[in-house]
Amino acid sequence: MVQFTDVFKSYENGTKALRGISFTINDGEFVFLVGPSGSGKTTIIKLLTGEIAPTEGTVMVNNYDLGHIRFSKMPYMRRTLGVVFQDYRLIEDKTVYENVAFAMRVIGASGKEIRRRVPYVLELVGLDTRTRRKPQELSGGEQQRVAIARALVNNPRLIIADEPTGNLDPARSLEIMMLLQKINELGTTVLVVTHEKELVESFSKRVIAIDAGKIISDGMDGYYRYER
Amino acid sequence: MRGNRFTYYIREGVSSIFNHGFMSFASVCIIVACLLIMGSFTLLALNVDNIIDTMESQNEIMAFVNETFSEEEARAIEPEIERIDNVDYAVFVTRDTAWEDFVETYENSTTFEGLDSSVTRDRFVVYLKDISLMEETRDALTYVPGIDYVRASTQISQGFVRIRNIVTLASIGLVAVLFIISLFIMSNTIKLTTFERRDEIAIMKMVGATSTFIRWPFVVQGLILGLIGALVSFTLEWGLYQVLIQQLISGSGISFLTVIPFYRVSIPLLIAYCAVGLGVGVIGSMLAIKNYLKV
Ligand SMILES: Nc1ncnc2c1ncn2[C@@H]1O[C@H](COP(=O)(O)OP(=O)(O)O)[C@@H](O)[C@H]1O
Ligand SMILES: [Mg+2]
Repeated sequence: MVQFTDVFKSYENGTKALRGISFTINDGEFVFLVGPSGSGKTTIIKLLTGEIAPTEGTVMVNNYDLGHIRFSKMPYMRRTLGVVFQDYRLIEDKTVYENVAFAMRVIGASGKEIRRRVPYVLELVGLDTRTRRKPQELSGGEQQRVAIARALVNNPRLIIADEPTGNLDPARSLEIMMLLQKINELGTTVLVVTHEKELVESFSKRVIAIDAGKIISDGMDGYYRYER
Repeated sequence: MRGNRFTYYIREGVSSIFNHGFMSFASVCIIVACLLIMGSFTLLALNVDNIIDTMESQNEIMAFVNETFSEEEARAIEPEIERIDNVDYAVFVTRDTAWEDFVETYENSTTFEGLDSSVTRDRFVVYLKDISLMEETRDALTYVPGIDYVRASTQISQGFVRIRNIVTLASIGLVAVLFIISLFIMSNTIKLTTFERRDEIAIMKMVGATSTFIRWPFVVQGLILGLIGALVSFTLEWGLYQVLIQQLISGSGISFLTVIPFYRVSIPLLIAYCAVGLGVGVIGSMLAIKNYLKV
C-alpha cells in the first residue's frame, strides 16, 4: 500500500516540485500517474523508492514511514518494491539471465532459489528464448521486458514504472502495458508513470493526474483532466 | 553468511583486481615501497638499539686510583663508586693484573720492554646501567675521593644514542606519512572500480542490497591488494636485509654479533606488514565506497 499525506518537496535549489500531494493506492490496484513534463511525477517515484525524503508530510510505502525510516531498514523496504525506468538500466556485460539473477543474488538468495525463480520470471515476460543474449542484442521492448523481469524477480508487493514506454514505438508500448496489466492480475500492485494519453485511454484504469506539483484529478476508467 | 555470498564477494573482488591490472599493480607497488621504507627504518632502529644494548653491556668506564693508595685503601673505594646512580657494578683490577693483560694483548711487541707494572695503576672497571648517561656518570666518578682520573669513550656512545633518537623519530614520522600515502593510493585504485561499477551499485541499492553486501567485494579487493603488498614487501625486505648485513659486516668494523639476525625479527615483521597491508586495504576500500552508499 502507498499513502501520501500532504506531501511537499522542495529541492535544494529551491524548486518546489510537490505542493501538497495526498493519495492512497491500495494493494492490488493498477494506477496511472500522468502529467506534463516537470509536473513532479519522477519526484513522486523518488520519494517512493526512498531516494529522496519529503520536505513536509508523510510517505508510507508497504508499512514503512519513509520520512522516518532508519538507514539500515531502507534495503528491506526496497525489497518490497520493483522499479522500472525509461532507460532500462541493465548491466551491459551481463546476459539477460545474469541481469535478472543479479537482483536476487545481491539480496542473498541461494543458487537454488535463483535457478528456480529466474526462468519462471523470464517466461512470464516472454523472454525464455533470449536468456543468453546481452542487452545490446535485444530490441528496446525486449530490454524493457528484462528490466520488468528484474523488478519482478524478488516478488515485490508493488511495481513502480517511470515512463517505461518513453523510448518505445506505440506497438511495443502497448505490449509493455499489457505485460504490466498481466503482472497486476497476478496480484502485484502497479503504478505506471506516463504522459502518453492514448495509452492511458486504451486501458480503463485509475488515473492520478498532476500538474505543477498538485493533483488535478484522480478518477477511474481512464478518465483524467488535462489542465487545471 | 551463506557460502554463496562469500564466493560472490571473493569472485567480484578478484575480478576487479584483474580488470584494473595496471592500477592494482601500481597500488601494490606503492604499498611495497611504503612497507619497505617502514620496515627498513624499523629494522635500522632495532639494530641501533641492539648495538647500544651491546655497548651498554660491554662499555665500561675506567676509573684510575691515586698512585699513593695501597691496595686495601683502593678496594675501600668500591662502595663509593657503586653508590653512584647509574653504576651497575664495578670490578677492581690491581695494577699487576692490568699489566699482565696489557702485555698479553701486545704479546709480540717489544715496545714495552724495560717498563714494569709500576707504570700502571689500580683501577675500577665500572659498568653502566644506561649508556646515554655516560657523561654524567663519568663526571660523578671524578668526584669520588681517591679516583685520580676517569677514561670513558663517551663520544661513541653519545653518537649511537643520538642516532637511535633520530632513527626512532624518523621512523615514526615516516610510518605515519607513508601510511597515509598508501591509503590514498589504495582508495583511489578502488575508486576506479566503484566508478566503473556505479550503475551496478545503483541497481544493487535499488533492489535492496544492504550496504554491507555492496561494500564487501570492494573490501575483499582492498584486502587482497594489501596482503599481496605485505607478502611481497616481506620477501624483498628479507633479501635486502641479508645483503645489507653482508655489506655492513665486510665493509665496517661492526661485528656480526651486534647485527640482529633476520629470523629473530621475521615473525613480528611479517605480522606488522600484514596488519598494515590489510589495514590499508580495508580503510582504503571503505573510503572509496563511502560516497556511493549515502542514499
Ligand atoms: N534534483 C533536482 N534538483 C532541483 N530541481 C529538480 C530536481 N529534480 C527535479 N527537479 C525539478 O522539479 C520539478 C519536477 O521534476 P520531475 O519530478 O522530474 O518532473 P517530471 O518527472 O514530471 O517530468 C521540475 O521543475 C524539475 O526541474
Ligand atoms: Mg520524469
